[in-house]
Amino acid sequence: MPLLEIADLRKSFVSPDGERSVVVDVPRFALNEGEQVALQGSSGSGKTTFLNLIAGILQADCGQVVLNGQNITALPEAARDRVRAENLGYVFQTFNLLQGFTALENTALGMMFGRGADYARARELLERVGLKERVNYRPRQLSVGQQQRVAVARALANRPKLVLADEPTGNLDQRNAKEAIALIREVCRESGAALLLVSHDRDVLARFENVKQMAEINLAATESSK
Amino acid sequence: MRIGQTGLFLLVRRSLQQHALSTCITVVSVALASGLVTAIFSVKQQTHEAFVGGQVGFDAVLGARGSQLQLVLNTVFHLETSPGNIPWALYQAIKKDPRVELAIPYAVGDNYRGFRIVGTTDEIFTKFEYQEGRKFKVRPPGRLFNPIRREAVIGSFVAQRTGLQENDIFYPYHGITFNELERHNIKYRVVGVLEPTNSPSDHVIWIPLEGIFRMPGHELKDKFVPKPGEEIPDSTKEISAVMLKLTSPDMGMDLSTQINRQGKEATLAWPIDSVLLDLFKKIGWVDKVLEQVAYLVVVVAAGSILASIYNTMNERRREFAILRALGARRATVFSAIVLEAATIAALGSVVGFAVYAGILSVAAVVLREQTGVVLNVLQSAKIVLPGGLSVSILLLGPLGMIAVGALAGVVPAFKAYSTDVAQNLAPMS
Repeated sequence: MPLLEIADLRKSFVSPDGERSVVVDVPRFALNEGEQVALQGSSGSGKTTFLNLIAGILQADCGQVVLNGQNITALPEAARDRVRAENLGYVFQTFNLLQGFTALENTALGMMFGRGADYARARELLERVGLKERVNYRPRQLSVGQQQRVAVARALANRPKLVLADEPTGNLDQRNAKEAIALIREVCRESGAALLLVSHDRDVLARFENVKQMAEINLAATESSK
Repeated sequence: MRIGQTGLFLLVRRSLQQHALSTCITVVSVALASGLVTAIFSVKQQTHEAFVGGQVGFDAVLGARGSQLQLVLNTVFHLETSPGNIPWALYQAIKKDPRVELAIPYAVGDNYRGFRIVGTTDEIFTKFEYQEGRKFKVRPPGRLFNPIRREAVIGSFVAQRTGLQENDIFYPYHGITFNELERHNIKYRVVGVLEPTNSPSDHVIWIPLEGIFRMPGHELKDKFVPKPGEEIPDSTKEISAVMLKLTSPDMGMDLSTQINRQGKEATLAWPIDSVLLDLFKKIGWVDKVLEQVAYLVVVVAAGSILASIYNTMNERRREFAILRALGARRATVFSAIVLEAATIAALGSVVGFAVYAGILSVAAVVLREQTGVVLNVLQSAKIVLPGGLSVSILLLGPLGMIAVGALAGVVPAFKAYSTDVAQNLAPMS
């Protein structure tokens, strides 16, 4: 049984002029445990919305997202929050670190809403991503590459079954981007977490064996690209 | 809730640190409010207790026809002017009355640097108890005055303020308010200083009654002015009041009826606490106004908590979205904001203790200077809650402030609660 199974998932938004437009229309998508998949899509292809639906941040209009055997679309919001806290890691394009918190605290935040903060594990993870000497630094005291590494450590802090990465190299230069992708893939592999990464960057996509086109799985993206 | 207490406190601590300036300003405004409220209640209750509930040692005061309140303030608290004099015969009559256990004469009209000089008998030291079982005590090596000499026993506060000590000489001044030009050309010797009693009596200079009668410039009845060594006829003697201890408190009703209703010569102020209660009823509006001002300050402080947190809400929308994306529930971010507001209120309440102590210390000095009533900074007022539970204002004030602060946090907390996660996380692609 796949770790993630999506069926007939639809999400639409109402535009300011009152028109409803479908952004995500995915008839079927699946991801196995430990599998690493890159989704290629241009801007506006519904990549972020798709990831937010999987994460339970957005509620789907219809369809199913079954994560680790649990249909999260049928769950109330608080239960979806819990699933996210315990099963998912999220790496954002803009890192989304909290500026007032140290690297260690930002990493621990990844566990805080699930099984509880374990600072020893947060320290271990920071050491793993090469920031052993920077645990008490705040984001503005770190380079962008280091900030992204903290974000990676945070995404893995709660021992997730699935890591979602939304354009994780969007704010990095080529060298840092290369390193970041290698790091994300490595640490996911080490922890046994599946990885679903979305990007439009060809260099990033070239590092994945399994690349899927957003336009192929999202009918709404297909329509808009026609 | 999935987040541990440590996590919530971390969120709150970091937020307060990030907005340190506005946090400090808000904490100060809460401290002022909390300190003011607790101080107002404490000063109000302690002064009320000191004037109305405190033991004064007398059951009644007999004085000239007029206001009972003026009589009590004049003799018990040594404030106000005397409403007039009563004849010596009345004192002698009441002293012999079987309903009266102790009658001590009280004559005023002079001062030393603003401290009232009271003419009386040595019974004030030997028989009178200002509190049950407690008599005035002259500290060693002093002694009581000799009734026929120009000698004085002074209160501890008088000694402290004027520097007068045993064997010092002073010149009395005419009137009960100090006027340098009104000095009597007559010397008095301090023979004793009383131990502190923390009562208005600490502000008094006690001299023999005879001394008042013979003070130069004092005219007795029928314009009689005694020559040195000449005996003063009782018919010319007058005193300001007589302080009475009754054989039983019930006797007061009898005496009151006899003196106040049937007689025309004098007034009996009885019972003393109820006379003073009337005063507090009359000035009760001042308490009410002060209370309302205090509550208003609390509302303003709550408003400042609300404003200081609410103003950060826009910049923090992304922070809430990130927390929610990491699995924080709406209730968690709501709680974090309410806890932040309550923490500001709690910090303010802690600082408020210093404000309270400051206000009460100043009030205590002023009140002691003016009336001799002593406030205790450490003794807080008690508020009786519905159900009869009595709680210290020093506990209730901060708890109330924290509750009000938490309530003020509900508005910004609701804004945090309603944060749209997807919209505030990152650009959509």
